Amino acid sequence: MSSIGTGYDLSVTTYSPDGRLFQIEYAAKAVDNSGTVIGIKCKDGIVMGVEKLIASKMLLAGSNRRIHSVHRHSGMAVAGLAADGRQIVTRAKSEATNYERIYGEPIPVKELADRVASYVHLCTLYWWLRPFGCGVLVGGYDRDGPQLYMVEPSGISYRYFGAALGKGRQAAKTEIEKLKLSELTCRQGVIEVAKIIYGIHDEAKDKAFELEMSWVCEESDRQHQKVPDDLLEQAKEAAKAALEEMDAD
Amino acid sequence: MAHDEDVAGSERTLYPYVTGTSVIGIKYKDGILMAADTGGSYGSTLRYKSVERMKVIGKHSLLGASGEISDFQEILRYLDELILYDNMWDDGNSLGPKEIHNYLNRVMYNRRNKFNPLWNSLVLGGVKNGNKYLGVVTMLGAHYEDNHVATGFGNHLAVPILRSEWKEGMSFEEAVKLLEKCLLVLLYRDRSSINKFQIAKITEEGATIYPAYSLKTFWGFSAFQNPGQFAEGTW
Repeated sequence: MSSIGTGYDLSVTTYSPDGRLFQIEYAAKAVDNSGTVIGIKCKDGIVMGVEKLIASKMLLAGSNRRIHSVHRHSGMAVAGLAADGRQIVTRAKSEATNYERIYGEPIPVKELADRVASYVHLCTLYWWLRPFGCGVLVGGYDRDGPQLYMVEPSGISYRYFGAALGKGRQAAKTEIEKLKLSELTCRQGVIEVAKIIYGIHDEAKDKAFELEMSWVCEESDRQHQKVPDDLLEQAKEAAKAALEEMDAD
Repeated sequence: MAHDEDVAGSERTLYPYVTGTSVIGIKYKDGILMAADTGGSYGSTLRYKSVERMKVIGKHSLLGASGEISDFQEILRYLDELILYDNMWDDGNSLGPKEIHNYLNRVMYNRRNKFNPLWNSLVLGGVKNGNKYLGVVTMLGAHYEDNHVATGFGNHLAVPILRSEWKEGMSFEEAVKLLEKCLLVLLYRDRSSINKFQIAKITEEGATIYPAYSLKTFWGFSAFQNPGQFAEGTW
């Protein structure tokens, strides 16, 4: 451990001789240790799901939310440091309301993702700031249809059909690739995402978790909302059933 | 309207430009009914004829405004943002009429203390969890609740009628009839009212703003024939 940064890892404003910024890589590491976060773009909308690791059994169900609404038509799912994520969400909300105040229409998802990325990137440019220890998925619905973006601690942002962050991201990505996203409805997507998250979770090794899910689609009137309770229950049941079937084989 | 507050010699809303006249609101069996005409006066010129002066706010409230129309539109923007931030919590809670009324009161009082009031009288009605709510906020930040309220000229001409004829638990039909009686009196005596009215209703089931319509008038009363007859100095 003692040799990794070799003196070039304490500041975000100093490159290492081979051109890396270690602080940003460490921030990315904080994201990689987080509970898995998944987002997919279905044919009629976006579905996001989080494997929310429960710190204590005494926590009230539903506390420490990792998916937040930003304006009416979009939402964000956070992987990594939850408190850093809330800071980003707060900024995203103010960017979104500001945009509507000026232009009289909801902020396009692309614009929102770009502005959030700029903000995240800003924190990599000054020695007195620490890069955010979280990656976020931005999912929304505007006149160009449903869109999904991922913003990383470096401030990079790309648009995705399916994206995953956190501990189980690799396994999640292989599972997402198997889905026929262009034919999937959000209602089916919710169940698929639940299956993936339950499938990745290692009951023996990992902490207990709570499944948190949201969607923006025709069915939710193009509004970003928590997935309705009955559908979430249905998805959990399907996911557990799929797990048992796998164990039986 | 609002100019840079920090600059000395800044200007404020010294008088309203485009205004709407009275709004009336009453409680009835299932909730709240509100009525207003759709006129927008530019001074004493009837400049606009189809201004909607009653809007639905969130899930449980209805807002009616008399006074400066642009200030009303500004208030609607504030409320839109308030409701948006409330909805983003996505926790199943929502602001009720009582909260909205209080919020409006804070905004109006705050602005009057800056000597830059929003030039409106607002009627806020709503129903939440079975409780009917009806209140007024003025441009000075004065506020009150009542079973029946009216702003502007309505305060002088409609309130006496409401005081003698309003009853607890009126049916929708009775309530509309009472509102129309008040509107007609206002139409006859308030020169800035117009014969194009809207009625809005809010109940536990939600809000409806009905399309505008006209009332039947009768101008043949002898008192209308020669209005200047006994009033010296008029024409």
